[in-house]
Amino acid sequence: MRIGARHRTGLAPGRRSAILPGMTTLPQIFHDWFAAKGWSIHPHQQQMLDRAAAPALLLIAPTGGGKTLAGFLPTLVDLAAGSHDGLHTLYISPLKALASDIKRNLTTPVSEMGLPIRIEDRTGDTPASRKKRQRADPPHILLTTPESLALLTSYEDAPRMFRGLKRVVVDEIHALAESKRGDQLMLALGRLQRLCPDLKRVGLSATVEDPAAIAQQLARHPDPCEILLADPGPAPDISMLTTDEAPPWSGGGAAYAIPAVLDQIRQHKTTLIFHNTRAQAEIFFHNLWLANEDSLPVGIHHGSLDRQQRERVEGAMVRGELRAIVCTGSLDLGIDWGDVDLVIQIGAPKNVKRLVQRIGRANHRYNAPSKALLVPANRFEVVECVAALEAVREGALDGDPRGRGPRDVLCQHILITAAAGPFDADALYAEVTTVGAYAALTRAEFDACLDFCATGGYALRAYDQWQRLLQRADGQWQLRDPRAGQQIRMNIGTIQDTDTLKVRLKRNRGGKPLGEVEEGFAASLTPGDTFLIGGQIVRYEGLREMTVEVSRNAAKKPKVATFLGTKFATSTQLSARVIEMFQQESWPELPAHTADWLQLQREVSRLPEPGRLLIESFPHDGREQTVIYGFAGRNGQQTLGLLLTKRMEEMGLNPMGFVATDYATLIWGLTPVLNPAPLFELDALQDGLETWLAGNAVMKRTFRASATIAGLIQRNTPAARKTGRQATFSSDILYDTLQKYDPGHLHLDITREEALRGLVDFGRIEEMAQRVGNRIDHITLSRVTPLAAPLFLEMGRVPVKGAAEEKLLAEEAARLMQTSGLANITPQPASTPRWRVGY
Amino acid sequence: MLAPGAPMSDEQIMNCHEFTFAGAALKALGSGALWWPDAALLCVSDLHLGKSERVARRAGQSLPPYETRDTLARLAADLAHTQARTVICLGDSFDDLTAAAAVPEDERLWITQLQAGRRWIWIEGNHDPGPLEFGGEHLQDIEVEPLVFRHIASDQAEGEVSGHYHPKAAVRTRGRQISRPAFLFDSKRLVLPAYGTYTGGLRSHSAVLRKLMGPKALAILTGPVPTCVPMPR
Repeated sequence: MRIGARHRTGLAPGRRSAILPGMTTLPQIFHDWFAAKGWSIHPHQQQMLDRAAAPALLLIAPTGGGKTLAGFLPTLVDLAAGSHDGLHTLYISPLKALASDIKRNLTTPVSEMGLPIRIEDRTGDTPASRKKRQRADPPHILLTTPESLALLTSYEDAPRMFRGLKRVVVDEIHALAESKRGDQLMLALGRLQRLCPDLKRVGLSATVEDPAAIAQQLARHPDPCEILLADPGPAPDISMLTTDEAPPWSGGGAAYAIPAVLDQIRQHKTTLIFHNTRAQAEIFFHNLWLANEDSLPVGIHHGSLDRQQRERVEGAMVRGELRAIVCTGSLDLGIDWGDVDLVIQIGAPKNVKRLVQRIGRANHRYNAPSKALLVPANRFEVVECVAALEAVREGALDGDPRGRGPRDVLCQHILITAAAGPFDADALYAEVTTVGAYAALTRAEFDACLDFCATGGYALRAYDQWQRLLQRADGQWQLRDPRAGQQIRMNIGTIQDTDTLKVRLKRNRGGKPLGEVEEGFAASLTPGDTFLIGGQIVRYEGLREMTVEVSRNAAKKPKVATFLGTKFATSTQLSARVIEMFQQESWPELPAHTADWLQLQREVSRLPEPGRLLIESFPHDGREQTVIYGFAGRNGQQTLGLLLTKRMEEMGLNPMGFVATDYATLIWGLTPVLNPAPLFELDALQDGLETWLAGNAVMKRTFRASATIAGLIQRNTPAARKTGRQATFSSDILYDTLQKYDPGHLHLDITREEALRGLVDFGRIEEMAQRVGNRIDHITLSRVTPLAAPLFLEMGRVPVKGAAEEKLLAEEAARLMQTSGLANITPQPASTPRWRVGY
Repeated sequence: MLAPGAPMSDEQIMNCHEFTFAGAALKALGSGALWWPDAALLCVSDLHLGKSERVARRAGQSLPPYETRDTLARLAADLAHTQARTVICLGDSFDDLTAAAAVPEDERLWITQLQAGRRWIWIEGNHDPGPLEFGGEHLQDIEVEPLVFRHIASDQAEGEVSGHYHPKAAVRTRGRQISRPAFLFDSKRLVLPAYGTYTGGLRSHSAVLRKLMGPKALAILTGPVPTCVPMPR
């Protein structure tokens, strides 16, 4: 990593700022160092220094704007005198790679100035011996992740380790703030603040739509949090990639755009090509490679690839050895983007905010605009991209309010507290309510979580003898079995990567690891099947000890592997824009191929209109399909899917599943829908809704995730670590059992609250139904319509278990028995049974 | 509760698959129980009662403690429908011997009630190898011609009914995979699915089951309508 013209430490040439009264002066050694580089301090860096005594500060700054140094200057200044012993500043980032990157960046000025400051990083990848030493002898600055921090607070020696802590810097806080990792981090900060009451908090964020919400999360409640806005830099330069070939009607691959993409790669130094899913990244990389006649060095990077492979790609990128990297959100945050001068987004950005943040990373020259190109994967995405571009131009970022802190994370926090030693419930409750997201938590809710952690919280008191926590005579709570602490530590974290299996090349003794795939996908493979991973086609050989063994095989056309990946937040604003566009007579702002496609939709069917509800029915893929174009945003369409499949099941229409996007719900089943009006009868919709929702796949998935975080289901056990086997209990069975015997259980309550975040309340559907009234346009066709085509490749399909499943099973069984010739074996029964017992 | 000797309802008749094994006319119930009308004999395997207690004791994890009553509820329903006079629990009826001893009083009583007026046979399993403090007979195996009942399939099998493997079978159709606990049988042996609520399963295409069952083996998937398919390999 070179300094000089590169501005990764944020020491970009800024305006020369005069020292005004009231400003903190930099110590001489810092002045000299800046001067030697020909740099001066940025206004926001100076401000961060001036306000360093504030309990909480949030800095909103674009990438390359000197954010990191803004966060660390007060620390470096404080430590320069060399009088502080032990830990002074904690730096938290969402990515391990970022922590090591920042360490590199900081070490340079520190060593160049000869400051007596020890800086170390600590993540899951840090070797055990170093981790141990860090606890005993912590550095001045520790760079780490939320999970590693949670782990550190779980040790009995935590108070000693964190004793002198003065500051916490949370980087990329906008990314953490919208997930449970952020909640876990804030709970851990609440703990640290109890140990160090004068702790100062700093958050570093990219541009967001609601800085105040993040500020409120960051500060200790009810302390204030100042928000500092750095110069946002020039407006981003985003446009659509022009291609010779038209995009297809449906599909997520964007293979049609590859010649144009290769062209762009040739014209730029380093290009990042983002995809919305890992599977799409794999397919695109594969096709790109096939067309790469100039043998340009291109890499692939996503979260399901093996760590070493990812690190190799990251290293090559930093050294400028790659001309392009095909990637997913794994590259979204902070790691050194070297000479990236172009960002290509394949597929419509599922929300505008992420798009703007992504492209903020390209081209770190602070005063030059960041450049990005959008490549829609199909014609509908063309429309979405145009809408997104308008939104960016208007500066209209979007986002959904987060709601209160999730209680599953709170349960994990209680267990982590117990692992560190005996605790007082009152004190813990007081500590938890200093966390912004949990400020409104009632004592009763807290007690229910504590009860769950202690006894399982069941209506049936069965575990007194084996409870996890017990209350001592002096009122303090502690682990019944101190060894349980180890198990708690093994299961810290809120990231869901359950249900994946490792993939390795088949060798006699453990072949090269390639990455991971979803268990469901692995279960669908038979030896001989081929799929893509890490850009190569591999052949499935078999499953050995929960590892998928493969061999290299370039021959057959690969199946699409499914990978877990981040689910994108939805955007109601984008869908509102799109339906507005549909009302136009013509579309001069769209490329001809897309305008034609919309015109075709008008001819064979209709374009959706606000105030009316368009429903299409047609057969496809051996099933009867129904599409409801509500344009209600994804949560609304998902709710609609749940409600309508309930009605269809009741009416004997055999629904099998559904999938929802921002603008439509697609339902497939065995029986065609001839008249949709009765489906929308409000009374019928509401009747029995609770039961239907309770039994649905959406709830069960949510339950599994949340039960794992709270500790009801434990993914990692000491036994599993030894054998490498997962002994995961079926969460569906647990869910069903609770529904039957303990419907008031805490976890069902948590699950409902979680699930509702992804749904809208019934009132909204009522409103929609009333607004539409009887203005339903039902069009029956014999094949897929242009507008419906993209829905068939949507991810996030929700299965519906009902009569349809039994019908299908019966059909398939009959067919299998017939073809196997085993159907006709009917031996005659013998005489009555005779008992023969050895008494 | 059905009156003794009352016929099954249409719904209940639907909920079983009739087949012949080693000369005996058997019915596989959708619940996973095996019903032999001619012998008025109901056989269930791998109940694993007390699993939640064992998990709490050994792993410090508190699962919902309702699996015993849930399993017994289903067993009670099967007994009511079939009016069985003999019951064979084919081994691993308890998750371990300590769990067996720790079964709460009311559930213990329930088992006793189910046993009333019936011949109840506990076959020893690998999880519960030893005497149990419950009424009934405790045996390693039992022959009821032409069948023999034991916990784990043996090498020399003829008309053998066993459990232990918790078999499951999966069928793919129109993009959906349906996987259920299943009975597996060929001309020589019949393997029962696990009946207990908190039991996992082993897919029929695993090496051990493929080796155990003959090439023409069939699988009967449990569920609302038990369904027979060639055993998936």
